[in-house]
Amino acid sequence: MQPKTFQDRKIVPSVMLCLALVVLCSSCSRALPSKTGESDGSKLQGQLTLTGSSTVAPLAMEIGKRFESLHPAVRVDVQMGGSSRGIADARSGLADIGMVSRKLHAEESDLHGFTIAKDGLCLIVHRDNPVTELTNEQVIAIYTDRINNWKQVGGNDAAITVVHKAEGRATLELFLKYFGLENPAVKADVVIGDNEQGIKTVAGNPDAVGYVSIGAGEYDASHDVPIKLLPIGGVAATTANIRNGRFPLSRELNLVTKNKPQGLTKAFLDFARSNEVHDLIEEQYFVPLAK
Amino acid sequence: MSPWRSDALLVWLLRGCAALVGAIVVLILLFLVRESMPAFRHVGIGRFFTDASWHPLADGSQGEFNLTPMLVGSLVAMLGAVLLAAPLGVGSAVFCHYYAPRWIARAYRKMIELLAGIPSVVYGFWGLVVLVPLIASWHPHGPSLLAGILLLTIMILPTIALTIDAALANVPREYVSGAAALGMSRWGIIRGVVFPAAKSGVFTGILLGTGRAIGETMAVMMVCGNVVRMPDGIFAPMRTLTANIALEMAYAMGDHRSALFVSGLLLMVLVIALVAMAEMIGKEHIHQES
Repeated sequence: MQPKTFQDRKIVPSVMLCLALVVLCSSCSRALPSKTGESDGSKLQGQLTLTGSSTVAPLAMEIGKRFESLHPAVRVDVQMGGSSRGIADARSGLADIGMVSRKLHAEESDLHGFTIAKDGLCLIVHRDNPVTELTNEQVIAIYTDRINNWKQVGGNDAAITVVHKAEGRATLELFLKYFGLENPAVKADVVIGDNEQGIKTVAGNPDAVGYVSIGAGEYDASHDVPIKLLPIGGVAATTANIRNGRFPLSRELNLVTKNKPQGLTKAFLDFARSNEVHDLIEEQYFVPLAK
Repeated sequence: MSPWRSDALLVWLLRGCAALVGAIVVLILLFLVRESMPAFRHVGIGRFFTDASWHPLADGSQGEFNLTPMLVGSLVAMLGAVLLAAPLGVGSAVFCHYYAPRWIARAYRKMIELLAGIPSVVYGFWGLVVLVPLIASWHPHGPSLLAGILLLTIMILPTIALTIDAALANVPREYVSGAAALGMSRWGIIRGVVFPAAKSGVFTGILLGTGRAIGETMAVMMVCGNVVRMPDGIFAPMRTLTANIALEMAYAMGDHRSALFVSGLLLMVLVIALVAMAEMIGKEHIHQES
């Protein structure tokens, strides 16, 4: 032991010196890159502020990033705050563009709305579950624990594992609203965060039922994950049915502006509705509109 | 540079490092308190323990903000995991040190080190696709307190085993040789000589494991079911404070967001209490014998 500690003692100061150097260097380099990208030949420049729905925001950020990389002199600033804030900020001019995760109401017709994608939810069960469809009443009864055995809806004799989403998730709101449920009334057995976790939970439990974004569900079901997408109101849960508007449990993701968009705002809106961002939309498990 | 001056430089560098580390802890605490303030103002401290349940809303005057079930969930999962992992860890360290042939001990130690290096998400993933369905086939639903406890046990076991292993290695060889010369049995030596000498190390190991158990987030979130409710059995789903933050932070706003910082603050208080407790127990039991 003796010689080793002796060596350690010699190493300590040099290690400290290295550490100090690293700290110094990193603080220096931090100050440098902020001034680049302004003397670019691109015509578009300035800042664009988007506020509103937390559902649309992650997508808007990704689109914004790609837009910034195409137009280095443009900054896209995305802030969350709910669809109503998106409407209010667009009206008051606080934001250039508002983000709204629903259809525009009649009294909001003073605003210009641009649908960039659609979002849909479907119920999923394990592939081996013999149940092929649940009526809305059955879904409500299952989620409020009035039905707690698959036998009662034509399935096996097994307890139903109800998979629900965590507080604040957009998919949760959409689900509750469609089925007219209040969250405290829901008696869940498992609460999950994102779609992927929901799919894994249902795939690993033959007696579970959950709901996920159709984009995520359809992708996994077609990649041999043992889940089954249940139709709602007799309409099959497919992205195609969301696109053509037949699937009931879906909504529009809109961007709104106060005036007819022009200049930078128009360029961004055109970009957000172009084919160039379809991969970003699909990454967020939303459904791009047909072009 | 004279030796005196290089010493002075080192001392100041070390002082700087210490001040930085100390400041980080204090700053985090202050930050947590500051972010929690809106919730304290609009919801009040009492309601975090007396509300009917956890249904937070951005507006603190509505909504329900009871954190107690999650506090209990965190504590029960931690306690269960430590109760299971501590004896296993002690057993494995003793086996490794005093009973296993040298080559087995070496291979075994490497394996435990590997276990310690596996990221927690991987444990969580394994728990979700293997452990939970296994439990589900035994008793309905699967995601449960039991799954959380078992997973945490596996996760903190290597930490405990390795620390205790190091503590055993630090017991002076003369103690063991002396005891052996007195004709004591192997178990007698371990119980009567090694354990008392290595007590503080064993204790540190268990404490480190406890800390990891209470702070673990991802894995627990994936297997515990996350339903906010007092766990009324080992098959009941439950949510820990850490999982609460991870699940809801991304979409929380206003007082809901602030209430999540209160969860964090509560967690921090819990850890501080744990450390203080360890300090007290350490003073009482370990030093009186040495």
